Amino acid sequence: MSDDIERGLESSLRRKLLMGMAAIPAVALMPKFALGAGPATSEVNTTGLAVTDTEVTVGILHSVTGTMAISETGSVQAEKLAIEQINAAGGVLGRKIKYIQEDGASDWPTFAEKAKKLLVQDKVAAIMGCWTSASRKAVLPVIEQYNGMLYYPTFYEGLEQSKNVIYTGQEATQQILAGLDWVAKEKAGKSFYLIGSDYIWPRTSMKIARKHIEAHLGGSVSGEEYFPLGHTQFNSVINKIKLRKPDVIYCAVVGGSNVAFYKQLKAAGIDLSKQTLLTISVTEDEIDGIGGENITGAYACMKYFQSLENDNNKEFVAEFKKMWGEKTVIGDVTQAAYLGPWLWKMTVEKAGSFDVDKIAVASTDIEFTKAPEGYVKIHENHHLWSKARVGQVQPDGQFKVVFETADLIEPNPFPEGYQ
Amino acid sequence: MKNTAFLNRSELIAVAILAVLILVVLPMSLDGFRLNLVGKYLTYAFVALGLVMCWGFGGILSLGQGIFFGLGGYCMAMFLKLEASSVENTKIQSTPGIPDFMDWNQITSLPWFWEPFKSLPATMLLVVGVPVLLAFILGFAMFTRRVGGTYFAIITQAIAAILTILIIGQQGYTGGINGITDLRTLNGWDIRTDDAKFILYFVSAGLLFACILIAYFVKHSKLGRILVAMRDKEDRVRFSGYNVSNFKIFVFCLAAAFAGIGGAMFTLQVGFMSPSFVGIVPSIEMVIYAAVGGRLSILGAIYGTLLVNWAKTAFSESFPELWLLGLGGLFIAVVLAFPNGLAGIYTSYAEPFIRKLMNKKPDILPGGNIPQGSPAE
Repeated sequence: MSDDIERGLESSLRRKLLMGMAAIPAVALMPKFALGAGPATSEVNTTGLAVTDTEVTVGILHSVTGTMAISETGSVQAEKLAIEQINAAGGVLGRKIKYIQEDGASDWPTFAEKAKKLLVQDKVAAIMGCWTSASRKAVLPVIEQYNGMLYYPTFYEGLEQSKNVIYTGQEATQQILAGLDWVAKEKAGKSFYLIGSDYIWPRTSMKIARKHIEAHLGGSVSGEEYFPLGHTQFNSVINKIKLRKPDVIYCAVVGGSNVAFYKQLKAAGIDLSKQTLLTISVTEDEIDGIGGENITGAYACMKYFQSLENDNNKEFVAEFKKMWGEKTVIGDVTQAAYLGPWLWKMTVEKAGSFDVDKIAVASTDIEFTKAPEGYVKIHENHHLWSKARVGQVQPDGQFKVVFETADLIEPNPFPEGYQ
Repeated sequence: MKNTAFLNRSELIAVAILAVLILVVLPMSLDGFRLNLVGKYLTYAFVALGLVMCWGFGGILSLGQGIFFGLGGYCMAMFLKLEASSVENTKIQSTPGIPDFMDWNQITSLPWFWEPFKSLPATMLLVVGVPVLLAFILGFAMFTRRVGGTYFAIITQAIAAILTILIIGQQGYTGGINGITDLRTLNGWDIRTDDAKFILYFVSAGLLFACILIAYFVKHSKLGRILVAMRDKEDRVRFSGYNVSNFKIFVFCLAAAFAGIGGAMFTLQVGFMSPSFVGIVPSIEMVIYAAVGGRLSILGAIYGTLLVNWAKTAFSESFPELWLLGLGGLFIAVVLAFPNGLAGIYTSYAEPFIRKLMNKKPDILPGGNIPQGSPAE
């Protein structure tokens, strides 16, 4: 870890030097800074953010109470870990990161209120936060109005792009298309049964999935059903599945409903080692609640699994467990949340400024080679280039990675032909 | 003085003190962000005020006031959303000129029930009209059949749940669980600026005082006395020849109207509306505001709402992981120790003390034989 950080520091120093050479007149005006100290605050903060000579303040805004707390806690932990690591490596432009944490309380208006508080009162330089689409939609107008910077970690439905948001999770096409291609090829999937929770993300995802299945895979959709959030009675849909015998159950049921769904599926005698089930909504976090034995054999399409075999990830998992305990599990979104503070740090250093307008521009092409999921890069549209992977659930609740796309997939939040 | 018709002297002083607090002290002592928060709290106070009328005076406990708050809010949000979805603003959509969430859900033309919300006067009428109409239907269906007490409370709760499911399920028409977001202007006036928020605060406060005066007027009228009589001995009022259900329907509709206005002001100040204000949890929370403030006191409800929300914000900012426990503790403590809430504390401790200071004998307040420690119905 330590020598990676040194490498990171070196490269950022090199970048600073290069930038400095490119702007010699500017450097001449800047007060000289001692080794370890950053450039003058007046230079790097022209819009009155909470930046001092030694500190910069960011906000963490997730639900730590309410129904979403179980999902969002991992993101909070990952963000705190990243901030601690960045501070241990010397901070951002020579300033330590201080965070102010607020609770969105699983309540969308509270998210908006707290986002406004962080921006208006605390003048945070960036916010790491939000989880559900609804909370993001509530916060977005606030962030845009007060010109803040949000790092949003969750895989989501796309159809959105903002100067003030960096989406570190996958948009819908990045998560869906590769997984469907894989299941059609490897599992000879021709008929699909689509099941989701009833809100914007599953609906948009299923819309894209249906178009892809019908237009590109030559398959058919034998059923499509949605259930309210928190729904726990899946017997009728399970009976329909038994009747229609689809090749693939394609699933986007979220949150607590998952527990009931998979237990009832198992109780109904559907053996997931024989019946192919591909989900886009179950990560290690959810399996913790479902119980590995109830969902063994199911496939999930994500960009990250805790079991990924690469050096970055091994270090990340070790550090995460050291900080938060051996028993914690790390899901896809947790990893994406971990990227937020790092991407922000690198962008600030590239821009040489904390100013949001400069960061919004400088974000394009920021690369993070130490990401646990492997190399990632920020696209011009503020989403990440990333791979898609398919993992199979093991009885211990971990995934065995069975497929990974060869290349990074370009993010395309407004996919034509899938609308 | 004209006011004396429906305000006695001590009430006049109390309203004046609240007016000074809300219209002068708070705007002068708080920054824009905090004042906007208080403005948001005041919109909940409309609901609490309505609850004092129908629960405290009328004895009708509604656990579904979020329905009316939400309907009022949605009416306003639909108007603002249509204004924000002009053809120029939405040209990237496959069907420009309709709200963005409709476009995501493959809806290609504006549904009929959105049409009235193109006009501001119609919207203002519907903000009050829709909640009142629904309250009338519910009240008529239930009170004429003499459904009351716990049964009524449970039915209102069920309606709140149904409405939430309806809004979430019909996301192409309602915005689903995300709600109606990204509202920008009211007849061309940008509601997102700090100046606009400042003005909206005073508009909310003004409307709230208008509603408070209406509440006092009702309280002191013959109608108010019948309501209290009905709460305490419904059969006796009925045997005296009054049609009890009509009075109940009236006060329930009045509470719904207050809640609808509150909802509309909420949407204007917060900038969006979502089903999370319609359901059971917010409805019960609104009952808590009235309970903490004192369900028998008009002004107590306002103070209760401000106090509970202030505590909620302050606790959650200081203890993001523990604040719900602190808040829960506060509720339990207030309800256990002071069944009549803040107003009960005032009437049993502060008022006798003040009277002693002023050397006056306690007199009997009109309509105010407050039953100390009576169980919440």
